[in-house]
Amino acid sequence: GWVKIVEVGPRDGLQNEKTLVPTEVKIHLIDMLSEAGLPVIEATSFVSPEWVPQMADQVEVMKGINRRPGVSYPVLTPNLKGFQAAVKAGAAEVAIFGAASELFSKKNINCSVDESLQRFEEVTKAAKEAGVRVRGYVSCVLGCPYEGQVSPDKVAQVAKRLYSMGCYEISLGDTIGVGTPGGMAELLEAVSREVPVDALAVHCHDTYGQALANILIALQMGISVVDSSVAGLGGCPYAQGASGNVATEDVVYMLHGLGIQTGVDLPKLMDAGAFICRSLNRKTSSKVAQATCKL
Amino acid sequence: IAIMRFGKTLPERVKIVEVGPRDGLQNEKTVVPSEVKIHLIDMLSEAGLSVIEATSFVSPKWVPQMADQVEVMMGIHRRPGVSYPVLTPNLKGFLAAVNAGAAEVAIFGAASELFSKKNINCSVDESLQRFEVVTKAAKEAGVPVRGYVSCVLGCPYEGKVSPDKVAQVTKRLYSMGCYEISLGDTIGVGTPGGMTEMLQAVSREVPVNALAVHCHDTYGQALANILIALQMGISVVDSSVAGLGGCPYAQGASGNVATEDVVYMLHGLGIQTGVDLPKLMDAGAFICRSLNKKTSSKVAQATCKL
Repeated sequence: GWVKIVEVGPRDGLQNEKTLVPTEVKIHLIDMLSEAGLPVIEATSFVSPEWVPQMADQVEVMKGINRRPGVSYPVLTPNLKGFQAAVKAGAAEVAIFGAASELFSKKNINCSVDESLQRFEEVTKAAKEAGVRVRGYVSCVLGCPYEGQVSPDKVAQVAKRLYSMGCYEISLGDTIGVGTPGGMAELLEAVSREVPVDALAVHCHDTYGQALANILIALQMGISVVDSSVAGLGGCPYAQGASGNVATEDVVYMLHGLGIQTGVDLPKLMDAGAFICRSLNRKTSSKVAQATCKL
Repeated sequence: IAIMRFGKTLPERVKIVEVGPRDGLQNEKTVVPSEVKIHLIDMLSEAGLSVIEATSFVSPKWVPQMADQVEVMMGIHRRPGVSYPVLTPNLKGFLAAVNAGAAEVAIFGAASELFSKKNINCSVDESLQRFEVVTKAAKEAGVPVRGYVSCVLGCPYEGKVSPDKVAQVTKRLYSMGCYEISLGDTIGVGTPGGMTEMLQAVSREVPVNALAVHCHDTYGQALANILIALQMGISVVDSSVAGLGGCPYAQGASGNVATEDVVYMLHGLGIQTGVDLPKLMDAGAFICRSLNKKTSSKVAQATCKL
């Protein structure tokens, strides 16, 4: 089998780290990740620097990276304005973020889920005209920091809307990492009734150590696209000191051990992880990187 | 490599074998006083764990951290219905254990010849002969014996380990009287495909309800490996509170999987364990304070208000 890994370290990861890194470091990280064989690398975000100062160098990053043929470098775009800026800066793929929880949507982007989807429809329409691919994300698919339990049907509805408006792929995010394999199975059953499973991806957080088990169940259910973050960059903003994104190295280790191909060169990936951790002056969150067993 | 289809029934109940006080503490750099060990075990009993590995009757010459073995056995408050197995490497250790009040013992084999030689200075076969002396005496004394097999998914010296070798060693332990055999991924290198293959081989020789998995989280694979094992009918899982016990073969790397994280997953799956997670986390917090170290449990680290 084959699994596509969507590397979110340079955007989702760095955006949620306390330390800011200079533009050259971001560019070098992305280049190293390209070298490591990742087919999709989320490069930056065109959300206003007023809200996300860590991504203020968005244009510089887009211009500075060395684009490897066959690799996609999607960027976040919250609205039409961001989309236009992204395309102007050379983006060939964009991403939009919906949520499965009304409270989360209100707190995060100050509008209801429905209002956000209407806003996104403007983006997908413009993207279609410009021939730019759009990836959709749904947050809080297995639980919300404000609402608690989230209904799988609600997630399915939001995923369906994103798919209908033109997203080629929908990434389902366990934003606070509370999900367990049973909940993941239930969720995927509900969503795959509305959206074809090969248009779905999972974005698991490892806040409660459940990510790899959740990913494994997702694979068993036909999912073949997995989001992860090199070195497990990006803590959980809702749980102090807790981890967030699952580490790409750990995901790749499991997939390769299962005989699944990813195109990723694990040693080169670990080099990229070591580089960014040095730059951030932090220890890696990847267990594979921490292990130095001589096998 | 086949991935099991989800849809196989998971067990309704899983027995957790808590190895923190022995396997965990034995592999921590800091040595804790007997009172701390005793209090930890008592807190774990309170948390609802039904099996708690209390100490080891290996000679203190080799394992000084467990030198207070007799004191610990005498000091713990035994909760009715809870078992407190202890390690016994040979007949001498077994006799000392029973003398100190042990009602269950554990013996450790390996699936790798090199590992056996390096660890206990004899071949796998020689170690099994030594253990047969123990199981014979245990049978006469009415003491149940639990068997362990190390390196079931890889060896730090030999590299790959054959599932058939694991099956052979497991079968020997079962035949000589072990009521349960715990299969240990000693260096944590295993992934779910390898776990499946190994369990398939072993369960052809030993009934699956006499098997347990002892997964290390050195490469972050433990929960995924445990999940696959559950799908294959395993219903006994070893773990260590707070993930105590690093990997002696990989500097700075983690070792045992954290009981809190295992329980979180099992409860989320609707599987009963009898464990009270908040009380378990209290025990974890206590021992980490005593060891002056951070917990390795992600559940313990998360303070999300859900």
